[in-house]
Amino acid sequence: MSHRLGIDVGGTNTDVVLLNSDNEVVAKTKVAVTTDIVTGIRTAVAQVLDSSGINPAQITHAMLGTTQVTNAIIERSELNDVAIIRLGAPATRAVKPLAGWPEDLRERYAKYSWIVGGGHEFDGREIAPLDEEELQSIAHCVKGNVGAVAVTGVFSPVNTSHEERAARIFREVLGEDIPISLSYQLGSVGLLERENATVLNAAVSNVAKRATLSFQQALVDLDVYADLYLAQNDGTLMSVDYALLYPILTIACGPTNSMRGAAHLTGMANAVVVDVGGTSTDVGVLVNGFPRESFVAVDVGGVRTNFRMPDLYSLGLGGGSLVIEKGDDVTVGPKSVGYRIVQEGRAFGGSTTTFTDVVVALNKAKVGTHEVDVPHELADTAYKMAIQKVAEAVDRMKTSAKPVPLVLVGGGSVLLPNEFEGVSEVHRPENFDVANAIGAAIAQVSGRVDRIFAMDKKSRDEVLEEAKSIAFAEAIRAGADASTMEVVEVEEVPIAYLPGNAVRIKVTVAGTLASYHAESRVNSPDVRADANADY
Amino acid sequence: MRITEQDLEELSIGAAILGTGGGGDPLIGKLMAQQAIAEYGPVELISVDDLKEDDVVFPVAMMGAPTVFLEKVPAGQEGYAAVKRMERHLGKKVTALCPIECGGMNSMIPFVVAARMGVPVVDADGMGRAFPELQMETFGVLGVPGTPACIADEWGDVVLFETIDNMRLESYARAVTIQMGGYSHLVDYPMNGKQVRDTSVRGTISMGIEIGRAVLAAQRDLRDPVQAVLEATRHSIYGHGIQVFAGKVIDVSRRTTDGFAVGRAQLQGLDEYSGQTMVIDFQNENLIAVVDGHVVASVPDLITLMDPETGIAVTNERVRYGQRMVVIGIPTPEIMRSKAMLNVWGPQQFNLDIPFIPLEEAYPAFYQHVGVPPEKEFRLSAARAR
Repeated sequence: MSHRLGIDVGGTNTDVVLLNSDNEVVAKTKVAVTTDIVTGIRTAVAQVLDSSGINPAQITHAMLGTTQVTNAIIERSELNDVAIIRLGAPATRAVKPLAGWPEDLRERYAKYSWIVGGGHEFDGREIAPLDEEELQSIAHCVKGNVGAVAVTGVFSPVNTSHEERAARIFREVLGEDIPISLSYQLGSVGLLERENATVLNAAVSNVAKRATLSFQQALVDLDVYADLYLAQNDGTLMSVDYALLYPILTIACGPTNSMRGAAHLTGMANAVVVDVGGTSTDVGVLVNGFPRESFVAVDVGGVRTNFRMPDLYSLGLGGGSLVIEKGDDVTVGPKSVGYRIVQEGRAFGGSTTTFTDVVVALNKAKVGTHEVDVPHELADTAYKMAIQKVAEAVDRMKTSAKPVPLVLVGGGSVLLPNEFEGVSEVHRPENFDVANAIGAAIAQVSGRVDRIFAMDKKSRDEVLEEAKSIAFAEAIRAGADASTMEVVEVEEVPIAYLPGNAVRIKVTVAGTLASYHAESRVNSPDVRADANADY
Repeated sequence: MRITEQDLEELSIGAAILGTGGGGDPLIGKLMAQQAIAEYGPVELISVDDLKEDDVVFPVAMMGAPTVFLEKVPAGQEGYAAVKRMERHLGKKVTALCPIECGGMNSMIPFVVAARMGVPVVDADGMGRAFPELQMETFGVLGVPGTPACIADEWGDVVLFETIDNMRLESYARAVTIQMGGYSHLVDYPMNGKQVRDTSVRGTISMGIEIGRAVLAAQRDLRDPVQAVLEATRHSIYGHGIQVFAGKVIDVSRRTTDGFAVGRAQLQGLDEYSGQTMVIDFQNENLIAVVDGHVVASVPDLITLMDPETGIAVTNERVRYGQRMVVIGIPTPEIMRSKAMLNVWGPQQFNLDIPFIPLEEAYPAFYQHVGVPPEKEFRLSAARAR
């Protein structure tokens, strides 16, 4: 029987689960995150192999959710130099690339930045012909000086041709080894945010490469020779090859894995998910089994971006949140003892009052090893305040006043009650504490398109078909089995003030991993050829 | 007053509040103006009183689809090209620029051109807020012709308009704008110093800066930013802003009609407004606010939804279920409320079958208490008489 590993490296713990081919949890573990990340993974995987007695050869797939890329951006470590190319002159020169970036990053990246003739209008017309000569000379100029190239063309979500042609020119001069990030693959309309996402993506390409290699090595060390996938922001997986091209799409996979895990564990496709950790609580929404996407710009390491991110409301409240009494005022969080709760929390024999201690003192949950003595009034006030915050967060995330089901996951979720206002039912699934690792392991692969289409020359059906076929091709490229793919979401938004019935169309499709679902077919030449044909 | 990059940061916050739910995101405009000032140096903001009779003042702005200029960022010299063409047409050198609207994106555009030309920007505009169309400017209502007008694109193509009325200017300019790729840069209502003095809404840019500054200071000192905004309006020609509601968004509906974003937001009251419901109708900008069937604020008075924690204005396209909001009203300057003006932008002009009710009359007790600018005194006596 084949097995899969789901691995989620969070801020505090590395969670690992081992699933059999019926998606049942065979073994699970949590170990502290190590500085080098990989050691913790190796320890945790060794533990689940040990406790399950599964032969490593039976593990066919390993799915990883990692914060490596996020950390690299926040800590500014291991980022590589990037050639930043914008296709849009003579337009777009009023705001140069890197505007609004934090000073340190702007200084570093300003060196190799150009605005070149090219780009398109909203209706697909060229602003100017692509200046291929200048692109050639830029390519020669950056050769040997940068680790990656980021190309952003005006209205590339409408017409991808200039970005693709620019990529070919750079490829010819720079060779096969330099990653080239194209903006239309990453973000939607909104030039500066999309360009920012593309530059960040290019800047972390080395981090992604090293992280992936060391993950592979950690598994090989344990005789696990599995196909490796990375979890991405929308709750689906991408193959390693794809992840190396678009590593920034892994940046918010933690909360989305939890949500996908919650969906799998409860069988619920539409629900609010509350994921409670040691320091924070994330509230998200499942729509048709997938995390709802955020439609506002999101800051990553101080840079405003618009690539797909989950719509989350985060609270500085978790099991380790400090309860502080100041005169008549009581606060819970955002300061937290985090993973030190097992030494410092009262329920574990320590002397710090945390949110966990308040819940234990009120006899609402059994956690820890020690009796907890907190004055009843203080505990009651603190508890009510914390629950009120969670209830408000849940309410904010709902799209209507109708009561919705709620799923509680994460280690700290035992602290929350069984009833919330505006909530129809509360679900506490088994294995809730490793929902994130399970979410990674059961994840599907997806493909999507988010572009503006003009509807004046084509019928609505033709345009929708075109959009769907692009999304299907993307999913196959990400590793989906074509026979299992389904349309998960279709959204049409008419664009104000524009003629030609311009409509922004978003289509998401998802399917099972080709290599998992039909192992025998993966290596068959016709399927491979199919997948490649869509590049 | 010399306008620096930091002032523009503050103006972008204030201009979003004066944008009353529309006006376009000031972000791109702010970045354009900041780049221009970094390149050419700071811009002088002058008061209407500093203008001489024969000064040559051009309003400059962008027109078109916000979705487009968020993607096809301008080249930076479009406004300059339009101004130069207008100078050639009139045979006069421009001595100052001014905004057509102080709300949203267009509060920024004059600074982009002024930095490059080394001319000042006049602290006044033609709306005192944001409105969707070109004929909705005090300049036009008070008799200044909209044309000659010029619009330009990123290539330096310029089209010059001479129209028999301002409605035609609006429709022809919009048609050419589409051909230019969805937006254009515009110079219209060229005026002399006296005309600006007679027809503009005064002090609006400095008030935008002051509001933004108040928000940032309140955020820094952990004070209530909404209160800070209301206080910042006190000594302007607008008069004291007032909180008219606080609640939770329970429903939003929107549709696109003839290029306008039309819709309605419903809020359920919280705290002191508990048990009450507010309905806000908008057409790009917020038009009326109604509590339990009673109109509490109406266009052209300003109605803005704000995040109570940050004091940042929330535009209509961003409003969604579950958000906590404070709704504020700011009385529009008296010049915006004459019968002629209300015939252009009163509630009926937006197909709302209600009379305009000034905030001072909707909240007489509050305004008796905080007072009003001298030219609005008669509003209080009117309220007292009732």
